[in-house]
Amino acid sequence: MAALWLARASSQLARRAARRLPARHGSGEPTSPWFLGVVPPPALGSPAVEKSRRGFCSVRRFAGESSAAAAVDEEPENGFVASDQQAVDFPGGKVSFVAEMNFLPDSMKERINCYRVLDDDGRTISGSRFQEVSKELALKMYTEMVTLQIMDTIFYEAQRQGRISFYLTSNGEEAINIASAAALGMDDIVLPQYREPGVLLWRGFTLQEFANQCFGNKLDYGKGRQMPIHYGSNRLNYFTVSSPIATQLPHAVGAAYSLKMDKKDACAITYFGDGGTSEGDFHAALNFAAVMEAPVIFFCRNNGWAISTPTTEQFRSDGVVIRGQAYGIRGIRVDGNDALAVYSAVHAAREMAITEGRPILVEALTYRVGHHSTSDDSTKYRPVDEIEHWRTERDPISRYRKWVQGNDWWSDAEESELRSRVRKELLQAIQAAERMPKPPVTELFTDVYDKIPSNLREQEQFLRDTIMKHPADYPTDVPV
Amino acid sequence: MAAAASSALHAVGAVASAKPRSAAPAVARRRSVRVAAAAKGGPGSSGRGRMVARSAVAAKADEAAAAAGSKSGGHELLLFEALREALIEEMNLDPTVCVIGEDVGHYGGSYKVTKGLAEMFGDLRVLDTPIAENSFTGMGVGAAMKGLRPVVEGMNMGFLLLAYNQISNNCGMLHYTSGGQFKIPIVIRGPGGVGRQLGAEHSQRLESYFQSIPGLQMVACSTPYNAKGLMKAAIRSENPVVLFEHVLLYNLKEKIPDEEYICCLEEAEMVRPGEHVTILTYSRMRYHVMQAAKTLVNKGYDPEVIDIRSLKPFDLHTIGNSIKKTHRVLIVEECMRTGGIGASLRSAIIDNFWDYLDAPIMCLSSQDVPTPYASTLEDATVVQPAQIVAAVEQICQ
Repeated sequence: MAALWLARASSQLARRAARRLPARHGSGEPTSPWFLGVVPPPALGSPAVEKSRRGFCSVRRFAGESSAAAAVDEEPENGFVASDQQAVDFPGGKVSFVAEMNFLPDSMKERINCYRVLDDDGRTISGSRFQEVSKELALKMYTEMVTLQIMDTIFYEAQRQGRISFYLTSNGEEAINIASAAALGMDDIVLPQYREPGVLLWRGFTLQEFANQCFGNKLDYGKGRQMPIHYGSNRLNYFTVSSPIATQLPHAVGAAYSLKMDKKDACAITYFGDGGTSEGDFHAALNFAAVMEAPVIFFCRNNGWAISTPTTEQFRSDGVVIRGQAYGIRGIRVDGNDALAVYSAVHAAREMAITEGRPILVEALTYRVGHHSTSDDSTKYRPVDEIEHWRTERDPISRYRKWVQGNDWWSDAEESELRSRVRKELLQAIQAAERMPKPPVTELFTDVYDKIPSNLREQEQFLRDTIMKHPADYPTDVPV
Repeated sequence: MAAAASSALHAVGAVASAKPRSAAPAVARRRSVRVAAAAKGGPGSSGRGRMVARSAVAAKADEAAAAAGSKSGGHELLLFEALREALIEEMNLDPTVCVIGEDVGHYGGSYKVTKGLAEMFGDLRVLDTPIAENSFTGMGVGAAMKGLRPVVEGMNMGFLLLAYNQISNNCGMLHYTSGGQFKIPIVIRGPGGVGRQLGAEHSQRLESYFQSIPGLQMVACSTPYNAKGLMKAAIRSENPVVLFEHVLLYNLKEKIPDEEYICCLEEAEMVRPGEHVTILTYSRMRYHVMQAAKTLVNKGYDPEVIDIRSLKPFDLHTIGNSIKKTHRVLIVEECMRTGGIGASLRSAIIDNFWDYLDAPIMCLSSQDVPTPYASTLEDATVVQPAQIVAAVEQICQ
């Protein structure tokens, strides 16, 4: 049971913390006869490197702050105690050996359980444990989920009308977007894939700012250089979206590494889909984060589809959460359409990542209700009634709304007021963004380097001259 | 300008070149290095009190060897030690500088460039990584975006091909696509070039592949002096810089100044002034050129040798001045014929200095073959001094 696991997890934390012995730092010379050499004293002014030697296999860990350092002498998790006569040591530690040849099965008998707080009718499941939310927070979560949904609808329409060139919706994943964002702090660094604009919305990016980026006008912080939905804001700690899949995962490890160096009370969080877990960067980033004990949350939006590739063709493992263990990373599977469950899981994950300095893997199960993007028609590869089912009966917003209304925190009147207000605001934002001029041609050449080098100045001059000579061949609404 | 200090280069057959002392004494604050716009003045005009060394102006070959020793001190070290000295100085000056790579920590690096750094700065600042070049380069990009200044080491440049995605799609691009919100002051370095029978995968010349990536700067060091200076400048630069070292040059010995100095990233180095022909080269080929220069001088030629050092962007100012003087150009490179640095340099020279050329630009490169293991075959793929002599004779006809 997920709730029990949480309890068990925290007692393990306590055990490990208790075991972290200060004496491990710069210990004196070992006396055991089979140690190969002397443990060197730590250099002055530098963190002690712990070199513990077990038999003929040396082991090195980040000393002191790491929980892994304390794990060297720990008994195996499953309680099986290796007896010395039946164990053998190799690099990596002691293993007991068996005379029978047994291959590990390709999968466990049962799939990993999924943590869930609200049932399909928006009622809290009895006995469920979750992070409480105040009315204010709960309502903010709800209104932002609705805003995200309306934003998606209207921008999608704008693309269909030819007003923007491209758009990508988060239909069906509003709970993931907003609830995960709500559990984070503003100092936590967000490295998105591309289906997480809700996190940016939560942090304060305005509808006008979203529109400016989609229209690539001169107020776009990206200066018109990226496709729509490739938002970025250093002020809000949301790293600019980069299209190639999963490249942000190693970035997240790097950002977490930086936080670790600064000893900041913050973590990095990075989002990716089920398809992204096939990329090499996924595996290496998880591995790195585990070895380096980096405070990063790996949040997988397992929405069942990578464009037209269903998860059955993406991997053969039990989803994504099972892979965490392979890298030595703690993980949880959560109902991604349950706002309270997502909120609680990310809240706990963040806590662990920061206080224990470790990565956490969160797999949120959900469904990609919309097409992959405006360049896709998913009815070509999946049944329409399946899409409808998830769009209506499994909608995360209506489910959460039932819970909020069940607490008497929300009414139908407020609902229609909210929806019409947001819709109006969006339409105005789009109109304003559309009318705003595009960035001038100078911005084609700036920011390639910190200062414009001479060859780019020449190229800019050449372009200007060409535009001057042939103005009819160039758009009139781009300032030269 | 202070008196020239002499230096001696180790036995690769190079001609000793004299170097001026560095300008200002050491300053504790880190300064940013600016990408040079086309400078109108001479190469020394960048003296605004910054610690930029004047580009080395060598005395004539026969004079330099006579200099007995520097009156001002200086210390002798090997090229890999010069790189390390630069790293140590920068890591002491700026706590955001860190090193990331395979075996860079306690092992000290495969070529000992990071030896001792982990003991000095700790495991976290000199980080040993698992084997995943794309990932630790990506990690460097993420850390840089967050405010660190990572120095990423590729154990061999060839392995960095695995990091090409991060280098091209992210490292070179994110400053631009984020609208300037995130910068990537990363240094990516490692040994490349043809070594001694290391086989094709360990003999790559990545400068060819990377030269097209917008947003990247590339420099190649060739002496302990410029290795230290370029490493420091690269770390201080706000742009991503790829620093190319050469496997066979790590044990070059030279006396370098005790005072702090940095080299300008965008400047070429005048190795030997001359009148008859401009020879443009970089990295290890510099030494083959200088060896050929000895023979050429005996035959009565006066070649001007420029180590271009800055592979992206090219220092067209220094190169242009030389071409305007000699009107003949020979490029000597280790890259493959197709798509190498020589190919781009030729193109840039034709674009800018066509009217000054009295002869077609010649370019000596490696053939378009993977580098073979057998030593005789390997030697045949690398441009040798005899070929350089023959090329100059042909150009100067």
